[in-house]
Amino acid sequence: MIANTDPATHMETATSRSTYADAPVNTALTSETKLAFLHQMHRIRVFEQTSLKYYQTGKMGGFLHLYSGQESVAVGQVSLLGEHDHIITAYRDHGHALAVGMSMESCMAELFGKTTGCSKGKGGSMHFFAPDKNYWGGHGIVGGQTPLGAGIAFALKYKGLTGCCLCYLGDGAVNQGAYHESLNLAALWDLPVIFVIENNGYSMGTSQKRSSAYKSSLAERAEGYDMDWDIVNGEDLFEIRAKTQTAIERAHNTSRPTLMEVFTYRYYGHSVADANTKKYRTAEEIERYKNEHDPIQLWQQYCIEEGLIDEDGVKSMVKEIREECRAAADAADEAPAPEVDDIFDDVYYEVDQESEAASKGRYFFND
Amino acid sequence: MPSITYRKALNDALAEEIERDENVVLMGEEVAQYNGAYKVTEGLWQRFGDKRVMDTPISEAGFIGLGIGASMLGIRPVMELMFWSFAYVAYDQIVNNASSIRYMSGGLIHCPIVIRGPANGGTNVGATHSHTPENLLANMPGLKVVCPATAYDAKGLLKTAIRDNDAVYVMENTLLYGEEWEVPEEEYLIPLGQADVKREGSDITFIAHGRAALTCLKVAELMEAEHNVSAEVVDLRSIRPLDEEAILASVRKTHRAVVVDEGKPFCGINSMVAAIIQEKAFDDLDAPVLRISSLDAPAIYSPHTEPHQLPTTQRILTKALSICG
Repeated sequence: MIANTDPATHMETATSRSTYADAPVNTALTSETKLAFLHQMHRIRVFEQTSLKYYQTGKMGGFLHLYSGQESVAVGQVSLLGEHDHIITAYRDHGHALAVGMSMESCMAELFGKTTGCSKGKGGSMHFFAPDKNYWGGHGIVGGQTPLGAGIAFALKYKGLTGCCLCYLGDGAVNQGAYHESLNLAALWDLPVIFVIENNGYSMGTSQKRSSAYKSSLAERAEGYDMDWDIVNGEDLFEIRAKTQTAIERAHNTSRPTLMEVFTYRYYGHSVADANTKKYRTAEEIERYKNEHDPIQLWQQYCIEEGLIDEDGVKSMVKEIREECRAAADAADEAPAPEVDDIFDDVYYEVDQESEAASKGRYFFND
Repeated sequence: MPSITYRKALNDALAEEIERDENVVLMGEEVAQYNGAYKVTEGLWQRFGDKRVMDTPISEAGFIGLGIGASMLGIRPVMELMFWSFAYVAYDQIVNNASSIRYMSGGLIHCPIVIRGPANGGTNVGATHSHTPENLLANMPGLKVVCPATAYDAKGLLKTAIRDNDAVYVMENTLLYGEEWEVPEEEYLIPLGQADVKREGSDITFIAHGRAALTCLKVAELMEAEHNVSAEVVDLRSIRPLDEEAILASVRKTHRAVVVDEGKPFCGINSMVAAIIQEKAFDDLDAPVLRISSLDAPAIYSPHTEPHQLPTTQRILTKALSICG
């Protein structure tokens, strides 16, 4: 392995000739499931393209951190999860949300700040949650979710459940203290957590080389914690699934953590408001990734070559998704915004429940 | 009724709640094999074992965050901070995650965690170990903060905190751990948000929490004995939720209020209480509401001087008498 800041050096294997296609977890895939992956990835891409359009017309507030270019990571990994497997991620959370099965309506409405949103318009783009789907957010502070991920794994182990927690972070989070504390606790206490660094090469506008001290990879730092680790070509859905399955089995069977670093790339800025090509990378670089390393195109090409779908089939798939997105956006646009009185709901559980525990004392100090 | 120490009262509360609920787990630095830096958890690891009482590395952001994550799935972690002063290295977890997750998820998630430990000055350990952050934490909607002054309150409040389904932060005091009070043997709980009138009086009200409430009781005795003034002492016990009714009822009775706080004066708990009194009981007042806090500098080390930095009986007495003309 060589030290290199360009994720593409780890992306030499096109999916159509992936050496991981023969992994048992991949040979078991049906044509239907393979097409479902294609559909899910397109769905995430088109959802975000739609959200960008509405963001730019002022329908949404705050930040919008797009996942475009990274879809294979969430789709590939979430496809392996079972009943007691959980996930938690950072603020680039739309892809994971759709991958776990959250509805487009609830996600879009959250972006629009409406009561029909997954968090009733109280969380926004960075804070999607669906605990009923084992999805624990959506976290805005870089690295702040990593101890929570260890805690979810701790809870599973405490309860005697065979499961794990996929805890995502970006390459910009790997120098946060909370993350290193989480790695230590996970290894020390044998927690079934899989930390997944989605390495898109840039922590906001600062390249990996200007952010992090490392030998061969960021994942290799796991050696210092006596933790298993792996690096993954994020454009290859087969490789993602094969290597993630190994980590999941390790968590399930031995309750040991894993640190995975998945090389991927984002096409938009850190958020869509950032300087992107004006400051820290070239338009040519982005084009090269789009043309040569796009995970959706590569998977699509594989599906076409395998005869699972043809160009027309893809077109109608995408067209259908666009209609779904448009309907979700229309519904979000028409849905009611939270009332000012709604601001005080969901602060305290006991107050919301009007329980005995909340019967005494003043909780809110408004004028 | 037997007298037990504040420390033992906390220890009993922990033991009873571990026995009551299989999801209660204690975590913290030195809480298990070492028996607790201040011996609050003494004997619990031997009694309940590795699963229920866990030593953590010195890694507050990591283990507090882990506790928050575990609480989202129904574990009820009771985390010890060796000092609340150490909360600052875990501030993102303690303040940002614990207070906001329920809100940002639109109420889908809740976070039944307890964080407890001593938060006091007066032990000559220097500024970094002497913080009283109840005002900082009570500032955060989503968090609850309690501050027991006696063994009785410590036990009742901690048990309630552990059963509460929100994040409750319990501020204890190392100077009180060895003090004894009467505590009933039968089980009891003290609701959050309920102050305790620790002394009835008619001429002036002291409003305080934690050790400051005990200091006020001493001042009240002096005022009775030497100045013929009848002072009432309202111990807040719970900072958020706050028993506003108890505060106002006492002020409406005595018409004078002195709010005493071992924290620093800027945006102290006493600032909040004074603001409530002037807004809601202005016409009942016969004198300005006074505030007494720790002297406004980082905690000094010197054992000779530090006692004077905290609100002393003399400082409280002098100020209180100034409005009893």
